[in-house]
Formats: sequence, structure tokens, C-alpha cells
Amino acid sequence: MAGRGRGRGRGQMTFNLEDVGIGRGDSLPPTTFKPSPLFPPMPVQPVPLQTGEEVEYMLALKQELRAATKTLPFYIRRAAPKRDVDRYSDKYQSGEPKDSTIEWSPDWSRLPKELCIKVRENRGKRPTPQVKRTKKPLVGKEEILIKLETLEKKEEAVNSEEEQDEEKKKTNEEEEQADEEDYEEDFEEDTDYIMSYFDNGEEFGGDSDDNMDEATY
Amino acid sequence: MTAQEVRLCGLLLQEHFGEVVERIGTHLLRGGAQNLRTIANETNTPLDLVKKSLCVLVQHGACEFGSGRRGPGSPVEYRASCERVLRVLRYPRYIYTAKTLYGDTGELIVEEVLQRGHMTMSNTVKTVADRLTHNMEEGRSMEYSEVVSAFSKLVETHFLQRCPPVAEMGTAATSTNPATPGTPAASASTAPPTAESNPDCYKLPHVTLIGRGKRRRSSDDSEEQRGGKKAKMDSESCGDEGIYWQVNFERFHQHFRDQAIISAVASKLDQTSSEIVRTMLRMSEVTTTQTAAYTQPLSANEIFRSLPPNYSISRPILDQYLSLLVDDPMEFVGKSGDSGGGMFGSRSARIFRLLLRKRHLEQKQVEDFAMIPAKEAKDMLYTLLSENLVQLQEIPKTPDHAPSRTFYLYTVNQLPTARLLLQHCYKTVANLIERRLFETKENKRLLEKSQRIEAILASLQASGAEPEQLTEVEEMITAPERQQLEALRHHINKLDSTENQVDETVFLLESYIFSTKTK
Repeated sequence: MAGRGRGRGRGQMTFNLEDVGIGRGDSLPPTTFKPSPLFPPMPVQPVPLQTGEEVEYMLALKQELRAATKTLPFYIRRAAPKRDVDRYSDKYQSGEPKDSTIEWSPDWSRLPKELCIKVRENRGKRPTPQVKRTKKPLVGKEEILIKLETLEKKEEAVNSEEEQDEEKKKTNEEEEQADEEDYEEDFEEDTDYIMSYFDNGEEFGGDSDDNMDEATY
Repeated sequence: MTAQEVRLCGLLLQEHFGEVVERIGTHLLRGGAQNLRTIANETNTPLDLVKKSLCVLVQHGACEFGSGRRGPGSPVEYRASCERVLRVLRYPRYIYTAKTLYGDTGELIVEEVLQRGHMTMSNTVKTVADRLTHNMEEGRSMEYSEVVSAFSKLVETHFLQRCPPVAEMGTAATSTNPATPGTPAASASTAPPTAESNPDCYKLPHVTLIGRGKRRRSSDDSEEQRGGKKAKMDSESCGDEGIYWQVNFERFHQHFRDQAIISAVASKLDQTSSEIVRTMLRMSEVTTTQTAAYTQPLSANEIFRSLPPNYSISRPILDQYLSLLVDDPMEFVGKSGDSGGGMFGSRSARIFRLLLRKRHLEQKQVEDFAMIPAKEAKDMLYTLLSENLVQLQEIPKTPDHAPSRTFYLYTVNQLPTARLLLQHCYKTVANLIERRLFETKENKRLLEKSQRIEAILASLQASGAEPEQLTEVEEMITAPERQQLEALRHHINKLDSTENQVDETVFLLESYIFSTKTK
């Protein structure tokens, strides 16, 4: 009994249809079978944009601002993913940040301490501190190496004077030749071999002068 | 923080600070206050990038930090501010206003401070002087003192203010520093101190900056770098370390509001009455707080004395005007959300305005008052109803609410309608930005080509080439490509301009909602 009127005419509703405004005999709009179009034609055209000097100026400002913010250090890009091999052109080519330093120095006293990141130094500043830095530890390492070698030599009871001369020559040479420090640096740091085990053969000639009966290995 | 607001903030952050900051920013906006670890884990971003982004956000005032919920021992929590990010949309308007008030110098100062978030005075002065010198002819340079005077004018009229001092927080690992003398109580409170709570917020530091702007020449790059380093070291000895200045948005908003009121009065009445209103507003600038609903009462005598002399308004005429203004039903101090015009046609706007005035009307009355034929009026009313701009109020005659015996009155609720329109505006701006990004991406290849050609042309011209070479290079872009580029530029300009203008509406609606809410 309920729902008997379904499908016949327009169906029953709880309120009077005429009050709403749909009178008898009026036809309703046809049912739709597909979604409404993406850009339906508009019944009312929008109000045209304002034009004028002020508007143009603000437009120019906006576009300049947008371009400028891309060059500021506040624009953060993800660090470029590391490629498989370090290439020579990396030094000259990319402007992207490679590590996680920050490019501007905020006032750290206004930020919580946990946000503190190392500030990236300018490229121009780097060579001078590096050279100074590498000089000192190298000298330190050289001294240690020399000390170890002298101890070894003392054990084997080699002529100590000869050793001292050679050492002095070595330290003088190394302190004078600043250019070769880069070479020394690679030599010292990039190899996997422990430098103290390296015997560069200069003492070898000295040993053989002593007519030792022990076999040298 | 509605969905539309968050979406718009995300787009703005992405445009100005990159995708990383956008991700962190939207996460904070959606999720409320969070600490560093949570942010890093939930956004799957490396910790260093998170730290960098937070530094950027704090620098620009979009994010605030405070001690955690569990008391001073818990890790620091960060909160992003949606409102502050939305201000980015209004930057061109602020800069233009500064230009109209204080000339090019003022404009550049405001632009620098907006771009950097906050800056010290000495830094600003130097950068602005350099920029101005760069634009001047050869041989002339900008004195620091001129820039300083523009800066001080901006501070005096409260357009620039000092950044609020940072409350000291005691983290568990580090020892707590003694609180600075200005904020003894701030460390105990959970709310961050506002700029206004600092009594010194408009006081200029005692710094003497003597010098001229430096002109940057391409041949003097190495010297410039050394000079630049020297300048940096000089600023450290300038004496205003730690005093940072930021733009006072509220003051600019007050200015915009006054302008809007004056222009509304001018269009409704006439120029003279707008001058009177302008005088009233200027007088009450100092006495009224920014959020007050009405200005302080001013006597007619005071107004008369402060009127600009070139208008020669005599006393009785002034009285007439004042009585006119008082009787005006618009009550121009309050803003009405009068935006029904554009989308539904001017007739619907008429109906809307009518309903605003008369508050409640029956359908028949609407037809009569608006002088619109019944069928069309019905149509428009239903359209407005379906868009929720207009509400239906039932008033039953009989207790059983029978439809035939009930009054149905149309009415407009201003506050919810204004809120609805504001959300529509945010959605509009977000759509505009997305469309612009889409257009740019579609034509990326073409844009890059044209940029390269412009660079080649510029370098050729700088090195002095013949016109044939230049035309040859120019012909590398074909005519249809040129047309396409032109059309693209036109579209992007239109979209940008629309963003600016929708922002004006956003401003009106925001101030209306804010002032109505607090009553």
C-alpha cells in the first residue's frame, strides 16, 4: 500500500507543491545522464578586471617579488641526490646544495638551540684556512713518524747522526715545499694503508753500510 | 584553519620558499603544535631539511615556537600561523602603499623587510642605499642619512615595529640563561609575547650610520666582495645588534580600511564629505586602537579646526554634512558583505541589497520592492538560496506548521554569509595560482627558449654586435611561437592581476568578520 503511487505522475510529497512554486502542468527540467560539463557556459558574465596605472604597478611588483624570492637563500631546495661517482664537472656545474648547511646566518639567539645548523661558508674563504689547517697536523704527523723511525733505528743500532741529518733534510724540505702539501695530503689521508708502516726505503741504503750479518727481510 | 585556507597557504609557501618548506608548513598548519622529531617523522623529511625550513618559517614570522605542553622540560613545540602566511598575498599592496606615502626609499625599505622577514636597521639602510645607488646615474650615490630619515618616518607612523623579544626557554639539556630584563614574566607564560607588549617597540636605536651606497660594477667584483665583507664587519660594530624590525601589518590594514571608508563615502555622498571623514579618521589615528568598532567621539569644533584649509568649508556647512553622515543608513563604519553582484547579476545584487536593508521579506514583497517580474525574482531567490547566500525563515501561523499557513521570509545572515564568501575567495585565489602554475608548466619549453634567446641578445648587445646578427637571433623564435608567448604572458598577467584584486575583497571580508566577531 505504501509506495503505490510510485512511478505514476510526480509522486506524493509532505508539502504542497504549489506553494513552492511548481504549479500544475509545469514541466521539470529533464533528468541528466552524465556529469555536468567542466566549463559550463555562464549565464552572467563576471565583472571586468580593474585596469590602470596602480593595478599595473602592483602586478609588476608581484611578479618581481616572485622572481626575487627564488634567488634568496630562504628558498630551500632538496639536496641533489648523490650520483654514483664524483665527477669533475660537479665542482663547476651545479648550483644546487649538496649538503645540509644553511645558506644564511640567522640570529641563533632568537631560535631554539635544537635548530642550530652549521652555516655554509663562502667558497672564497675556503682555501686559506685549509692550507693553514693542513700544515699543522701534517707537521705533527711528520714529527710522530720521524720519532717512530728514530726509535726503530735506535733499536737496530744504526748510525744516529746520519739519521738526524736525513730527518732534518726531510723536515726542511717538507716545510719549504708548500705546493707539495696537496700531494702529501692525498698521500697521507686518502690511502687505506697505515702510514706508519710505510717504509720509503731511504733508510734501506743506510742499513746496508753496516755489514750486518742478520738477514734483512 | 579550513581546508581552503590550508590549500592556499601551501601554494603560497611553495611559490616563495620551495617544496620542502611547503610540506613542513602544511603539516604544521593541519596538525597544530608539534615538536621537531614528530615533524621529521611524519613528513619523512631528513632532519636537517626540517631544521632549515623551520628557520625560514620563524625568520618570516610564519611559525612560532614555545616550550612544550608538558612543561619546560619537554621538547620545543612549533606552531604555524595561517594568517601570517596569507599576508604574503598582500605584499604588493603594502609595498605600493609605502611608495605612495614615502616615495621610492620607503618602498624599497618595506620591500627589503618583507622579503627578509625581519632585519636590523643598519642592514636595511645599507641594502636600500646600495639598491638606490644602482638605479641612479653614474657618479651619484645615495646618502645613508636619507634612507635613515625615511626609515624613522616609517617607524614614527608605526608602519615598522621592533620584533618582540624572544622568551627564554629552559630546555632540559642546556642551562637556562637568565631572562632578559624586558621579559621577566614571559618565560613563565605560554603565550609568545606580541610586538605591542614591548614598550620600546617603536623606539629607534641610537645608531649613527654615515656613508653612501655602493655601486656594484661587474668589473669590480673581487673588490666588491672584499668591500662586502668589510661592510658586514662594520655592521657588527654598528651597535644595533639584536634589534630586528618587522612590518606592522595591522597598521597597514588600518590604513587600507580608512581608504576604503573614505572612498565609500565619496562614492555615496560627495568629495567634501569624504574629506570630512578623512579628517575625522586622521584625528582619531592616535586615539583609537586598531580594533575599536567606533572612533573616539570628536566634537564638531575639533573637526572644524583640523579641516584642511584649501577646502574652505564653513561651519554651518560642516554641520550639515555631519548630520547627513550620521543619518546615512549605510553606517559606513561597519562593512557589509556586498559581493552578491558579480556572480548572479546586478538584479540579484539588488535583491541581496534589499534583503540586507529590510532584514526579512516575503517573496511577494521582494518582487514589489525590487521591481523585478515575479518569475525572475523567484528564480534568482532560489539560486541565491541554493548558494546559501540567503536563508529562509519560517514563521508558523498555526501550531502545526502547516505549509499553507506559514510565513516564509527570506533573510540574510551577514556574518555566516561573509564567512562563506571569504572561503570562496580563498578557494578562488588558490585556483588562480594553480591555473597559473599549470599554464607555466605547459609552456615551459617555450619560456625557456625565449629566456635563452633574451640572454643571447643581451650579451650580444653588450659586446656590440651588428643589427643583422641581432635580427638573426630574434628570428630564432618563429611568429606563431611569438604569438603563443604573447598569449601566455597575457594570461599570466591577467591571473596575477586577478589575484591582487581578489585579495582586496579578502581584506574587506576579513576585517568585517573580525570587527563583527569581537562586538
